[in-house]
Amino acid sequence: MQPFHFHTRITQVELLGKTAKNVKELYEGIKEAPPSSIYHHTHRYLEQHRYFSPEHPNDFSYWITNSLGLKKLGEKIASVDIFQFSDIEDLRKKFLEILENFLKSSPALRNCLPQEEFRFLSSRIFILPTPYKATNLVEFLNCLEKVTIHSLYFHIFEARLRLKKHDNDFSCWLRDLGYKELADKLSKLDPYTYTLEGLRKKIINLVKAYL
Amino acid sequence: MKPSIEDYRKIVGDEIIDELYLLAQKLKGISIQNINSTPSGGGVAEILSRIVPLMQELGVNIWWDVMEAEEEFFSITKKIHNRLHGVDIPLSKEELNYFLEVNYQNALRIKKWADIVFIHDPQPIALIKMKRKLKNRWIWRCHVDFSSPCRDIWLFLKKFIEKYDVSVFSAPIFSRPLSIRQVLIPPSIDPLSDKNKELEPRFIDEVLNRFGIDKEKPIITQISRFDYLKDPIGVIKAFRLAKKYVDCQLVLAGGGARDDPEGEKVLEEVKNEASSSRDIFVIYLPPNSHLEINALQRASTIILQKSLKEGFGLTVAEALWKEKPVIASCVGGIPLQIAHKYSGILTYTIEGTAHWIRRLLHEPEYARRLARNGKQHVKNNFLITRHIQDYLLLFLSLFNESDLVYLD
Repeated sequence: MQPFHFHTRITQVELLGKTAKNVKELYEGIKEAPPSSIYHHTHRYLEQHRYFSPEHPNDFSYWITNSLGLKKLGEKIASVDIFQFSDIEDLRKKFLEILENFLKSSPALRNCLPQEEFRFLSSRIFILPTPYKATNLVEFLNCLEKVTIHSLYFHIFEARLRLKKHDNDFSCWLRDLGYKELADKLSKLDPYTYTLEGLRKKIINLVKAYL
Repeated sequence: MKPSIEDYRKIVGDEIIDELYLLAQKLKGISIQNINSTPSGGGVAEILSRIVPLMQELGVNIWWDVMEAEEEFFSITKKIHNRLHGVDIPLSKEELNYFLEVNYQNALRIKKWADIVFIHDPQPIALIKMKRKLKNRWIWRCHVDFSSPCRDIWLFLKKFIEKYDVSVFSAPIFSRPLSIRQVLIPPSIDPLSDKNKELEPRFIDEVLNRFGIDKEKPIITQISRFDYLKDPIGVIKAFRLAKKYVDCQLVLAGGGARDDPEGEKVLEEVKNEASSSRDIFVIYLPPNSHLEINALQRASTIILQKSLKEGFGLTVAEALWKEKPVIASCVGGIPLQIAHKYSGILTYTIEGTAHWIRRLLHEPEYARRLARNGKQHVKNNFLITRHIQDYLLLFLSLFNESDLVYLD
């Protein structure tokens, strides 16, 4: 059985040079953006706003609400349940579907103010090893208490959606270790509704119950 | 003595510093050369003078070269700078030819080239012509507000920019459609530099005494070069509007940079405007007056940055790091540093600036809350260690095309 080696990751943000000034242009931008851009605009807030609860869980909804003043549409985009998607392409389709419905029912387009255009970004991630390794559940728990929130983020969010493993790294390893029930519990946990520190506590408590 | 990379552990934590060593290790065998146009004065020279030695300490083979040029070159690059900001200043074909000639002469003069050449700002941009011969990798870092440039200067520079492997911008708003990669790297401040480190209260008092500033009366300060784009006259007008209601003092302090010949003219105008008020202190500081600037910021009640245009506006981060309430214009990179009414105040007009000076002077508890949040934001996003990390990733990304890079 391979030990679980905790990794962490650092993000490099890239500017795509593409902007949108209304919903139609946003629709076209989302349609053409690389998957890493959709990922970036729907996950950036998780780490950046780690000290307070974010009002808008993705950049699209923030911009629609604040720069276009379209509160209803902003809320619809904000309410997309990202945890339901294990593939970025399906998530993209969901956003496009909502925007398309809006465009069909609202013939007049509202433009944002100059300089407030939506700017498409994307990100490249660099994955680094940490000194933390676990061969059993006790060691795993010890590591969970020590690793940074960036490491936690990598194994929970990035592994599932960006590395296309369709599940988080912890559950995959725990299942191989024979803790199927614990693995399933972790898989079902919706990480998007916790702050990263809150998520750490929740996982630690789940693991403790199996010691 | 300059601080060592180890000194930053107590500010940012072990994890960040350990990661920097790991990233630096991955650059073994690769040399990096920075080139800009001035050895001192201005944000670019300042940050290079800190980052290069720290990266060397991490084990990176990196150095910094400065262009050689006459005054004429800098008055032309100042015009280029203004046209990039969208200011319609005449710029002749002969001047552009001279600009290219100086770049060409510098290309001949530089004897040692690195595997990665890192060019800062438009002044040395045409050195890229050497790429064909050297067959190495080139990065162009833009520190200027590019959001609404005059079209002709943009097209002139774009020809050069698109020959680079990658470009770097300080804020998303500066990004433009380009055929090459664009990376976002905000600039940073160094918490251990003379400009930002903690100071003895006695030293701060001594600086106030030296300039005749009253410690007991609220002090409103703007630290910036004497430049029209920093709107020093607008600052004086805002101050006068506020002073009708609250007794306070204004400090306008800054130096000049070698590549900014316009500075003296602006300074004269500001002095004339201020001459009738005893409570306005116009202080022209020689280069390297970092401790004085630090002291003036720390002594301030409120700090302003009323720029009409900005690159990033690092003086805002400096002020926030010192836990000061900041009122700044919503231009360039400033909105990235200040969330309005959360970590500072963003304004658009002289009247708005005056209004908020009064409000913050009347509500010190609210002002303190803004300042506390501002400091936390700078700690998370705008310290030099984050900047070094971004540069190391930038260099590594030149050799890794994928958007998932494993550094095991």
